[in-house]
Amino acid sequence: MDLIKAAENAFLGEQKELPQFGPGDTITVHYKIREGNKERIQNYRGTVIQIKGSGLTKTFTVRKMSGNVGVERIFPSNSPFIDQIDVNRRGSVRRARLFYLRGRTGKKARIKEKRF
Amino acid sequence: MPGLIGKKIGMTSVFSVEGKNIPCTVIEAGPCVVTQVKTVDTDGYEAIQLGFQDKKEKHSTKAELGHYKKAGTSPKRKVVEFNGFDEELKLGDTVTVDIIQEESWVDIQGISKGKGFQGVVKRHGFGGVGQSTHGQHNRLRAPGSIGAASYPARVFKGLRMAGRDGGKTVTVENLKVLKVIPEKNLLIVKGSVPGAKGSYLIIAQ
Repeated sequence: MDLIKAAENAFLGEQKELPQFGPGDTITVHYKIREGNKERIQNYRGTVIQIKGSGLTKTFTVRKMSGNVGVERIFPSNSPFIDQIDVNRRGSVRRARLFYLRGRTGKKARIKEKRF
Repeated sequence: MPGLIGKKIGMTSVFSVEGKNIPCTVIEAGPCVVTQVKTVDTDGYEAIQLGFQDKKEKHSTKAELGHYKKAGTSPKRKVVEFNGFDEELKLGDTVTVDIIQEESWVDIQGISKGKGFQGVVKRHGFGGVGQSTHGQHNRLRAPGSIGAASYPARVFKGLRMAGRDGGKTVTVENLKVLKVIPEKNLLIVKGSVPGAKGSYLIIAQ
């Protein structure tokens, strides 16, 4: 396992400083999209429902409601296309994977805000 | 074909310069010790025998111990013959991952994971029956006909049927070398290689 880490470290370029966030948090991912030669930034805002993997293969899943359809998008944490991540709201949840949100809509799908 | 012996560590993925996510395999390659030099005079052909990874003396036969003693090394777990090295290698020399250049192409041979007794769909890629309705039942993954009737009145040899699958020697050709890390004896190639984690691989240039 540590040999895999050593191998991954050899590929680590300059690391972008991403803010700490966890499941239940509402975040905005600024994602670079290449169209032909042009590059533009798309914002994707939703709730983090899962953080998976470690090292270079770490990913996180962001769920949002688009109209009345649920959309989930998986981002690799080390993707060079992630320009910036804003944490909009800290959620207070009791589990690491919030798949129960998939079966809920509207008021039932709310997450309490974390109080410090 | 020059090369060396390695051990599969596992897989991961890395991002390329263009931002593509590339699957890759991490291999611990070498250092290998020359355990025998075969020449035309003594053996009828030229080859270099390389050994990889130590094993305990108590796990070696006396014949093996004598063989490794001649080369001045400890007993080795895996021994493979290669030839065509650039430099002249002597008994007891070490071959490291340095002989492989980054961005070059290698062939990797290993023993694929054993799958046990499998049907024809998994083992030979048959299509199965293809219909699960219209009165069809319980023949979804069956092989179908295995021949004609009273002539030839037998099943031809070599007909593909169910049986043991996997656990065979498989060679994957032209894998791109993404990175060589000599300090840790690591080799990182693009794509997958046969076998389970920890299994031995033959890396040929």
